[in-house]
Amino acid sequence: MTDRSPNGATVWARHSRLRVVPPVQPRKLAKVPFVELADGRLQGVVSSGSDIGRVYVSSIAAGSHNYNCSTNNNRPCGGLYGSPCKHLRALVAEAVVQYGADRVCRYLRVEVPEGADPADCLGGVHEPAPAAVVFSRFLRHLAYLEVPDTTLPIPELHWFPATGTVG
Amino acid sequence: MLAVQLAALLGGDSGKAGEGAEEALALLDGFDDALVHGLARLADERAEAVAALAAAFAATPLGDRLAEAADAVVSGSITQEHLTALAGGRVALSGAVHDALLESLDTALGRERAEWPPAPDGLGTTGGAAVQPAVQPAAQPAAQSAAQSAVQPAGNVLGGVRSWLRELAITGWRGVDHDLVSAADQIVEALLAAPDLRRLAVLLDGFAAELRASCPIGSAEHLPVRRWADLWTRALLLSQDGVLTAEPRPAATVSGRLLVLGVDVHEHGTAVQFQVHAVLEPADGGRPRLLRTSVAVAKVDTIAGPALWKLTQRHKLLLAALADRRCVEITDMPLLDSGDLVWDDDHAFVSKPADPLAAARLCLSGALAPAVPPLDRVAVRIAEPVLVEGYKVTKDGSFDLGGTVLAVDAQRLPECGPLTPKLVAASSACVGLVRWDAGRWTLQPLAVQAKVKREAVVVATGDWALGPTDPKAAKAEARAADAVTVLRERAGRLLRR
Repeated sequence: MTDRSPNGATVWARHSRLRVVPPVQPRKLAKVPFVELADGRLQGVVSSGSDIGRVYVSSIAAGSHNYNCSTNNNRPCGGLYGSPCKHLRALVAEAVVQYGADRVCRYLRVEVPEGADPADCLGGVHEPAPAAVVFSRFLRHLAYLEVPDTTLPIPELHWFPATGTVG
Repeated sequence: MLAVQLAALLGGDSGKAGEGAEEALALLDGFDDALVHGLARLADERAEAVAALAAAFAATPLGDRLAEAADAVVSGSITQEHLTALAGGRVALSGAVHDALLESLDTALGRERAEWPPAPDGLGTTGGAAVQPAVQPAAQPAAQSAAQSAVQPAGNVLGGVRSWLRELAITGWRGVDHDLVSAADQIVEALLAAPDLRRLAVLLDGFAAELRASCPIGSAEHLPVRRWADLWTRALLLSQDGVLTAEPRPAATVSGRLLVLGVDVHEHGTAVQFQVHAVLEPADGGRPRLLRTSVAVAKVDTIAGPALWKLTQRHKLLLAALADRRCVEITDMPLLDSGDLVWDDDHAFVSKPADPLAAARLCLSGALAPAVPPLDRVAVRIAEPVLVEGYKVTKDGSFDLGGTVLAVDAQRLPECGPLTPKLVAASSACVGLVRWDAGRWTLQPLAVQAKVKREAVVVATGDWALGPTDPKAAKAEARAADAVTVLRERAGRLLRR
């Protein structure tokens, strides 16, 4: 976020009206409906290719790059044979679309040589992690679409300007 | 806005808030710095800054309470009540800065503003004396919570907010970790379930997302110090029992012709607000008045750009007025004491064409501006519509108006509309919002008149309210609209009903 500081430290420090979290890029959500950089992990939900009612919860820890993939009922993914499965690779690919490679690599603390796929540069091993937390964050994410709109003013949103168009 | 008005606003001490404002801001900065490192780790210098904030109120009725709070916090005993008192002090100081800024803007523009009506119990105020009322709800939590507890079912949730904010203040931004941020999730969820508490939910959600995205903060080089202190203070203020249920209050119902000046768009990952600025010509022939009307929607971060308008489809008539640039006849629509019209399609019909520039030329100069409610007296909320014409665009994109230069905030052009920095730079007339941030005045464009391929066109932020008219943007929107469909399908299958 520091690289978005318009004119250096002092200016950033004294601004009230900023977009601190850069907006994400829109992407196709069918395969990977949910991706986030949170709780020290790149984590998300990947739709099963064969069963419309099933999803996989996939995560990669920042730093160690240890990974996990399981169904939302905590059944381990059958594709984890000592290396990341296709769900994990899809997760990384979609995270790069959504956040940009820089932000993803910075968060995971991974060095990616020019032209390489970040998914090939992760060194971790399979380490079970609770899927329930990520899955409930996904459900919470979906629940935003159920919150009714309001025509009462929210003056607090003046702190959150919309930004976007470049050029 | 004429050259002479701009010169009056920026003249002398350019962008300064006036007498005493610099000192007030310096006190804020000192306190804000204490929050960076956490109140549990107050080095001498930062302890002095907290004491200085309190000392500024020595001669006021708040003096004793603030002095006591500062002493306690410095000595390491940090209770809710102490934090509330200090936050109240910060609210009061920034309220005074707001008042000074808005007054200098109104004076420069020759804009008349309605008086804030005194509260029935005599606590209300007018004009410059914002300190007392602004801090009132924050400074008397004990009395208020006693009175409200019987009718405040959300009390537990608000208590949760206050203790999370206390943890934050004790820890400081530098000490924030994933666990502390995640603790906000459940609180936000509970707040969202209570319509009365929506404002706090939206604020806290946006704030927590920033802390989350910045984690680990300990090593980060630059922090938005004033911003996060603003958000923390605001959240603490709104989390006092009874504040959110008390305002804004309905003031009247109004009828007449509404001329749209433009749309200001506010957005973070999980919320977007379209705030329309307009002039109402009352049906009874009274004085035209400036007002706003807004629609706010919950969303997720992957829904962005022109697709955002789709989330507001319920308000078709408002969207049509924006997209087709028409004025609206409204009948008996509720108006809040904050100058916000509570939009309802059923009380409106779309009328004759009127683009934002024409509307501004026609009726902006004599319109009466709404009073600002005491709790909303924060500089960030200053957003005064103006019409600027006859300027030269400078190399950096600012407007040179007869030798005085007004900075243009081209970064605040929303992605959901067709207005771009390039169009603003090619413009000859502009309707925008005058804002103040980080010590200077800027213009946030809402609509411009510009020459594109030798043809004069008007482009406004709300042009795409019914969908993008540009093929490239329409394609992008189709892709993004698909996002809403996919997520709704997933929600239908996976959310427990």
